[in-house]
Amino acid sequence: MSIFSLLPELWLLGLVCALFVASISDKKQSVASWLPAAAGLGVLAALFALGERGEFLYAAYKLDGLSQFFKLLIAFGFAVVTGIAAGNKEGKDLTPDYFMLLALSAWGLMLLASCVELITLYLALELSSYSLYALIPLRGKDRRAAEAGIKYILFGAAVTALALFGLSYIIAAKHTTYLSGLAATSWSFADAPMAVIGLTLFLAGFFYKLALFPFHFWCPDVYQGAKNETAAYVATIPKLGAVVVLVRLAAFVAPHLEVTTILAILGAVSMTAGNLAALVQRDLKRLLGFSSVAHAGYVMLGLAAGSAAGMSAAAFYSLAYILMNLAAFYVVCAIAKNDENPSLGDLDGLYKRAPALAMILAVAAFSLVGLPPTAGFAGKLFLLSAAWDQGYHWLVIVAVLNTAISIYYYLGLVRHAYTGESDAPAIVWPRGYLIFGGALAVLVLLLGILPAPMYDLAAQAAGQLHP
Amino acid sequence: MMTQNGFPVVTALIVVPLVAAVALLFMRREWTVRVTTLAVGILECLLSLPLLGYVPDGAAFQFVEKADWLPALGMTYHMGVDGLSLYMILLTALMLPLCVLGSWTYIAKRVTEFHVCLLLMTASCIGVFAALDFVLFYVFWEAMLVPMYLLIAVWGGPRRRYASIKFFLYTLAGSTLLLAAIVAFRQVGGTFSIPELMEKSYAFKFQFWAFLAMALAFAIKVPMFPFHTWLPAAHVEAPAAGSVLLAAILLKMGTYGFLRFCLPLTPAASETFAPLLIAVSIAGIIYGGCIALGQTDIKKLIAYSSVGHMGFVTLGIFLFSVKGVSGAILQMLNHGITTGGLFMMIGLLYERSHSREIADNQGLGKFMPAFMFLFGVFSLSSLAFPGTNSFVGEVLVLIGAFQGNPWVGFAAVPGAMLAAAYMLRLLQRVTWGEPAAYKPSWGDLGLREWAALAPLGILVFYIGLAPALCIKTIEPSITRVLSVMEAKNTAMGLTKDMSMAERFNLAAPLAVAEAADAVSKEHP
Repeated sequence: MSIFSLLPELWLLGLVCALFVASISDKKQSVASWLPAAAGLGVLAALFALGERGEFLYAAYKLDGLSQFFKLLIAFGFAVVTGIAAGNKEGKDLTPDYFMLLALSAWGLMLLASCVELITLYLALELSSYSLYALIPLRGKDRRAAEAGIKYILFGAAVTALALFGLSYIIAAKHTTYLSGLAATSWSFADAPMAVIGLTLFLAGFFYKLALFPFHFWCPDVYQGAKNETAAYVATIPKLGAVVVLVRLAAFVAPHLEVTTILAILGAVSMTAGNLAALVQRDLKRLLGFSSVAHAGYVMLGLAAGSAAGMSAAAFYSLAYILMNLAAFYVVCAIAKNDENPSLGDLDGLYKRAPALAMILAVAAFSLVGLPPTAGFAGKLFLLSAAWDQGYHWLVIVAVLNTAISIYYYLGLVRHAYTGESDAPAIVWPRGYLIFGGALAVLVLLLGILPAPMYDLAAQAAGQLHP
Repeated sequence: MMTQNGFPVVTALIVVPLVAAVALLFMRREWTVRVTTLAVGILECLLSLPLLGYVPDGAAFQFVEKADWLPALGMTYHMGVDGLSLYMILLTALMLPLCVLGSWTYIAKRVTEFHVCLLLMTASCIGVFAALDFVLFYVFWEAMLVPMYLLIAVWGGPRRRYASIKFFLYTLAGSTLLLAAIVAFRQVGGTFSIPELMEKSYAFKFQFWAFLAMALAFAIKVPMFPFHTWLPAAHVEAPAAGSVLLAAILLKMGTYGFLRFCLPLTPAASETFAPLLIAVSIAGIIYGGCIALGQTDIKKLIAYSSVGHMGFVTLGIFLFSVKGVSGAILQMLNHGITTGGLFMMIGLLYERSHSREIADNQGLGKFMPAFMFLFGVFSLSSLAFPGTNSFVGEVLVLIGAFQGNPWVGFAAVPGAMLAAAYMLRLLQRVTWGEPAAYKPSWGDLGLREWAALAPLGILVFYIGLAPALCIKTIEPSITRVLSVMEAKNTAMGLTKDMSMAERFNLAAPLAVAEAADAVSKEHP
């Protein structure tokens, strides 16, 4: 067990330090030139550390299949977000300290992936949240951004208090904070009523991160208020942190217990509410916000199933989720003029103005629907089959009917891009930036056509939790 | 990958258009794009020739190809051809070059993308017909929606936005429950493999719900009356090649689905629902015919006639007799040839007159004899004139109907008479009506247009005069499906006079020997 097994975390911490130095130096230099490459190296580091196993800090910090899988995803997502942000040459707020806060948040999430003790988990969660509290209002002198920031903080503080309160119940009932210890005990309401209430409250903290109904109210407002690049980050990477913890916690509750039923019901309500609300949105980021509420609901299918297949489906789906959302936000950032929020109308005629962007948007939208052969379909198939196998038939029916609802607004994106007419000028981007976006779209397709390698990784990760 | 015949025929048929589609994106000149796609189309036809070596009395599935896809969940890449799918695959391959030829001048904008869509359509349609893994089938089934949506939405008529959205929403909403059924079959049957699922038998209660979920998806695709409303809109707005593909191939996926999944997997539920589906089919035949009689738009008329023709197909399927089902499959092929030809001709006419109204295209017999000759051939075929292909199919279906229940036969006959009425009315007006808008610049059929239509015209007579060849090829597969279905129902204890409550109590029999025998002949 050497220090090198922590390479992904250390590399990102090094980045944070480098960005800190850059932000206090007198020269107003742009970090956009080297940051994406450095973050890309972080992905390589995470890839090398994929097989690392071990325990640190009195077994409170554990490297296992799940943590290493999610570290890879977080490193990848962070690299893509910096890549997207690097393309925005006019962004005045994209200063070194902006990126420092971004990296710090990603670092907190990486730690979160490895935490197997409730207090450590809570600390890592807050570490990732605090930098977001500062990031979201960073948008020139925009009042909406300030409003979004306040909403995020207030909501976050309230939910954190709730989670801590739940944590106290769990400690009182179970006398341990180690997940391995908690997993060994019974979680039915009849045996441990206080612990079940505590766990439910504790989960709420992560539902908030994931924007699951009824903790989703911040989500569309924050996406809309925050900078496009910030929204791309908030919409993707923090969700990974929430999923990894939920997978760890859900692994020790069996299907059809009270906690699991709550997960299933919240999932069903969340996808329905998210999809119905998204139907009427005009602002692209708001639309994607509600769509992510719906997707949080889909992930619950895997968590409620509680089986190894369900866990690996949830892990795989979060990979698919960040890929297709990053592709969608890439287009949002690329078509935004002067850092404004693009609306559906701004997509009109995109097909003529920027064919490559239109194609990337179409791939992302069809993947968000869950149409084959995309990553979104593969992920959804795994979730559905895991949930059906555990007897959640009604949940599967709700989920597939939701696909039918959601198709309308996702297709709306493609419809505006391909059949809308517009006199707006062509959008020109350097070739490298388009290839970067194209690579995202290709990855979405590739993961849908050949899901086996990544699914096996996810299954391996989940198998350790659920022998 | 494991292949049965050495050369992976089916995979090649799917991969070649996909590779060509990617290659087209790098071509600049329109002419190169058209010629390349045409060449790929001809290559497709040549590649599909080995399929003619299908042995009717051989294994249940031939040209089988199998490879691992996602072993953890039991998903495999599994392709194969049997009598139900053989002709559909051949028809799909044939349609590609004809569509390219038919749109040579019709499509003037975004030429590259148009041909990419055509190639993607071809690949996914062949995939639908050849897939022997349930997930693989669903992948192709849904993947086909996107290029078809774009064909209508980008190159369509004035109301294309409405029509394309309606098409997409309708078909996608229908097939979402199909996905739930697939997942459910995996839990009950333990696999996604279609041949393995066919060997097993399921409790009635499960069959009941699975049948409903699958039938909804297929009925919308066919489309069966009352789910047909997307079809006229989509047909009218789609460009000529889009209409041809829609009529010739897409609609067949629904009926193919009934044959491939509903009958073998949920035999008891199919038996239970058959009276309802027969009634709906007859309603569709009569309704489609009546509405077609009142149309002034030629494309709309043909679109509604499709509803009627597809009614004959679903009627034939749910008669559960060899005659009925072989008539249905033959009718699937015939409808593809005939209606495909008609839509292609309307496209050519539209290029000349820029109108689809009958009134604007009257009295062309004198000026465009070659055009009217072919139009007449397809029209007569559409009304099932003896000597043409549709006659054979329709007669077989009607024989099947009269054998089963004469009342069903009597109810369907007016549909055939209605078809004669609306087609002859159309033919008479277009050929001998008062010339309204004819201009000498229109010209008769050119060489390219002949090339696009002649193969279909030849097939009309070939199948019409020598249908035995086709029927012989498909009959063993049909017998197999029907006998397995009957064996399963008998093993389950299903009788015709059982009440619904009694049926719901039927459990799955442990094993049905005949089912296992029939399907596991896959590798001789």
